[in-house]
Order: sequence, then C-alpha cells, then structure tokens
Amino acid sequence: MDIGVLFLQSFGLISNWDSNLSEIVFLSLQVTVTAVVLACLLGLPIGAMVGTFRFFGRSGLILGMNVLMGLPPVIVGLVVYLLLSASGPMGVLGLLYTPFAMIIAQTVLVTPIIAALSRQVIEDLWMEYAEQFASLGVSRRARIFALLWDARFSLLTVVLAGFGRAVAEVGAVMIVGGNINHVTRVMTTAIALETSRGQLELALALGLVLLIVSLVVNIVVMAFRGTIVRGAYA
Amino acid sequence: MARFVFRSLLQRAVLVAFFASNAVSAGDVILMQSTTSVQNSGLFDYLLPLFQDETGIEVRVVAVGTGQALRNAVRGDADLLFVHSKEAEEDFVARGFGLARYEVMYNDFIIVGPSSDPAKIGGLSDVTEALRKISDQREIFVSRGDDSGTHRVEMTLWGSTDIRPERASGAWYRETGSGMGATLNIAIGMGAYVLTDRASWIAFGSKRDHIPLVEGDPRLMNQYSVIAVNPLKHAHVNVHGARQFIDWILSGAGQRAIAAYTMDGRQLFVPNARPD
Repeated sequence: MDIGVLFLQSFGLISNWDSNLSEIVFLSLQVTVTAVVLACLLGLPIGAMVGTFRFFGRSGLILGMNVLMGLPPVIVGLVVYLLLSASGPMGVLGLLYTPFAMIIAQTVLVTPIIAALSRQVIEDLWMEYAEQFASLGVSRRARIFALLWDARFSLLTVVLAGFGRAVAEVGAVMIVGGNINHVTRVMTTAIALETSRGQLELALALGLVLLIVSLVVNIVVMAFRGTIVRGAYA
Repeated sequence: MARFVFRSLLQRAVLVAFFASNAVSAGDVILMQSTTSVQNSGLFDYLLPLFQDETGIEVRVVAVGTGQALRNAVRGDADLLFVHSKEAEEDFVARGFGLARYEVMYNDFIIVGPSSDPAKIGGLSDVTEALRKISDQREIFVSRGDDSGTHRVEMTLWGSTDIRPERASGAWYRETGSGMGATLNIAIGMGAYVLTDRASWIAFGSKRDHIPLVEGDPRLMNQYSVIAVNPLKHAHVNVHGARQFIDWILSGAGQRAIAAYTMDGRQLFVPNARPD
C-alpha cells in the first residue's frame, strides 16, 4: 500500500474516533514531561557526581546504574502498584489510578537512564577539565555546575533519550494508571486498547500520532538548542 | 473516617497542584474493577454516561481479567466489581471482602475458528465433543491462560473431558496470558480455535476469515455480576456510590439500558437481574 494513502487513511480514522484525541495527547505530554523533569532533577546531579568524584564502590554504582537502564516497565509498574495500593505502605495517599501514579512510575523508569548516560558524558568532559580545575582551585560544587553547563548540549540528547523511553512505555502506566477513560488514558494505553479491540488501523494511526508528538518535542528542543548556540556566539 | 478525609484532601491537593486543568472531578467518583470483555464490547461507554447523568456519580473503570480484578479488590483498590466468574465471586463474598453478589446480565461463550474448520466442529452444540475433536486432531487451540473469567470457564469445560490440555502447552495448546482482544488477535493470526464471549467477538474489528463454530451449549452461559467492596475490610471505599450504582443497574432503567445496547444491530447482553 502507498504510504501516503496509509497516512491519509490514518488521519481520517482519527478524526472520526470517538475518544478525545487532544485530551489523550495532552495527558501523555503532561505525565511524561513532568516525569522527565523530575528524573533530570534526580539523575543529572547523580550522574555528575558519580562522573567526577572518586569514591569507594563507584564501579559498583556505575554498574548498578547501567543495569537499571534496562528496568522492565512492567516490573516498575508492579512495584509502584504495590506501594500505592490501598493495602500498600503509601496507600493512604490515594494516588493509585491517578496521573500522579503514572508520573512516579515513569520517573523511576527514566532516572537511571538520565543518571547513567549523563555520568558518561560528564566523565568524558571531566577528563579534559580536571587539570584546569585543579590549577584554578575550583570548589567541588562549582566543578559540578561548570561541567553540567558545558555539557548541556550532550545532556539534551540524554534528556531526549529519557523522554523517548517514557513516552513510548505502556507496561507501567497501564498497571498504575489503569487506562481509565478521561483520567489516565494516554497514547500508549489507548493504542493497546484499540489493538485489543481489533481496531488495528486505528491503533496504527495512534502510533503515528505518537511519533509526530515525539517529532514536535524533538524539533522544539533542537530549536531551543539553536537559540542557545546563536546566543553564545553573539 | 478521619483517614478517608485525610486521604481525599491530600489526593485533591496533590492532583490540583499538578493537574489543575484536568483529571480532577469535583463530584462523587467510584472505582470499578471490571473485565476486558465488557470494556471491549463498548458497553461501559454507553452505560456509564447514562448513570452519571442520573446520579452525578462518575464511574472510573479499570479493565483487567476477573482474577486480577478480584485480587485488586482484596487489596482495597476498588469500590465495586463487575465481573464474571461465579465461584470466585462467591468465594470473595464469603471471605468478607464483598457485601453481596447481584447477577446483572448474561450472554454466552462461543468457540470461533477458521471457516475452513479443519477439526470439523462447526455446528456442534456439545462443547466437550468439540474440544475433544480439536485435541484429537492436534489443531491449535489458543487459551487466555490468565485466570480470567473466560479462562476459568474454559478450564471447567476441559475438566469435563478426560483431556489435560496443559500437557500440550506450547504444542497444539497455546496459552497467551493476555486479555480477550489480544488473544483473539493471536488466534486469528495462527488460524486457531479460541473460546470467547460473544460480545467481545461481535465488537472485535479484525475477524478476517474466523467465524463462530460452536454455540448453544447451556454450559456456555456467561453470567456477569456486581459486588460492592466491604467497607469493614477497607474503610476508605465509596460504598455509598457503589450501592447507588448497584441499585441503578438492577433497576428497570439500568436493565433496559443494557438491553438497548447493540452493535451492528445485535444485542450484546441480556439483562437478568432478579426483581426483589
């Protein structure tokens, strides 16, 4: 089949879809962007510290971070479910089956990716800067900030990798969100639902929308990066 | 009560802080654990807005297999169950987790398979004979394998034969461990036989050359029930909202709404609440 025809058919299907597409796209972005921001707040400092400082157990920690990049979403979903369930230790918060539960799950999933990849980026830069830092007598805290700032473009790619993982993930948000219509239904759970209804063309069309959303996010980030670069040379 | 108030205030505060724009409903909300078969049939999309118009109560549906729905409810993660596995439901109520079980509606299970029908089961009304033929011919049979209501019915049916299909697991007997829709996709992809509820089948959008082959055996009846979760086990549950839903679905209005739901001109569920 001609790919152009397929595209047109897909958009025809989506325009006739009974669910509210913009609501689902918006919730996907809300959940994933929030989770990625939280994961950056946690993961970037961890990555920078492990990348610059030498301490006992460092290799083990790096190994652990790299292994956790492969965390299965379903396991993350299950653990977060058991924590947030009414019978679980955090059940009193009543967060299960809310977007907040999905944010927690995706944050757990993405933080190791941000930490492990930024650790490598920062460590490479640290090799270049170490002598200079030493000769200038830069404090530890200032070193971390300088490295994070100078590595910002590479780190943007790290953040995008985390975003890609979170926005495409279905196993965790399905379990902790419950795929509740108008409450916790996001792009990936909607795709899973339509597939299970045998609406395969519609599921495919939603997959295309998800790709386009990712494309737009990447374009925005690249444009943002371009602005910074131009600013730097101005 | 204090715990409930704390919980709902905290939940609202957290949600408002993060999601001022959506996902927070001002009104009464009940959480219902139900099955993939009813969700895939589209019944809830039709029924729940009617209930909300009448009572102002929003029903949030989590669709999983009946086994998982019951286990989630045991943990307190539901106000209400809408499921189809009589024995497991009665056990749930007997253990004190549910208040009472009310039968709501039924339809039936069917065995679907490729129209070429290599095991020659088309038209049989004795479901055990059909299963025996499938296993004799070593034709592929796809099972839910997920402890759902449909899976339990299938296991009961195998139990009435002398065949132990799990011994052929991976050979002619394939367990997907997935929901009804995912299992239908797999069965159709393999050209295999599969047991499904009729509503999931009618609503399924990708049948290709598969058709219903065995139907009409009384053992293929598929009864759905509702159960409110017992607030003595989980103090936070919205038992008031759950009771209102049960009253409505068992009432004339609820029962008529179930009967009125059709797809492609066919009624998917037959209401059968007992008037009392």
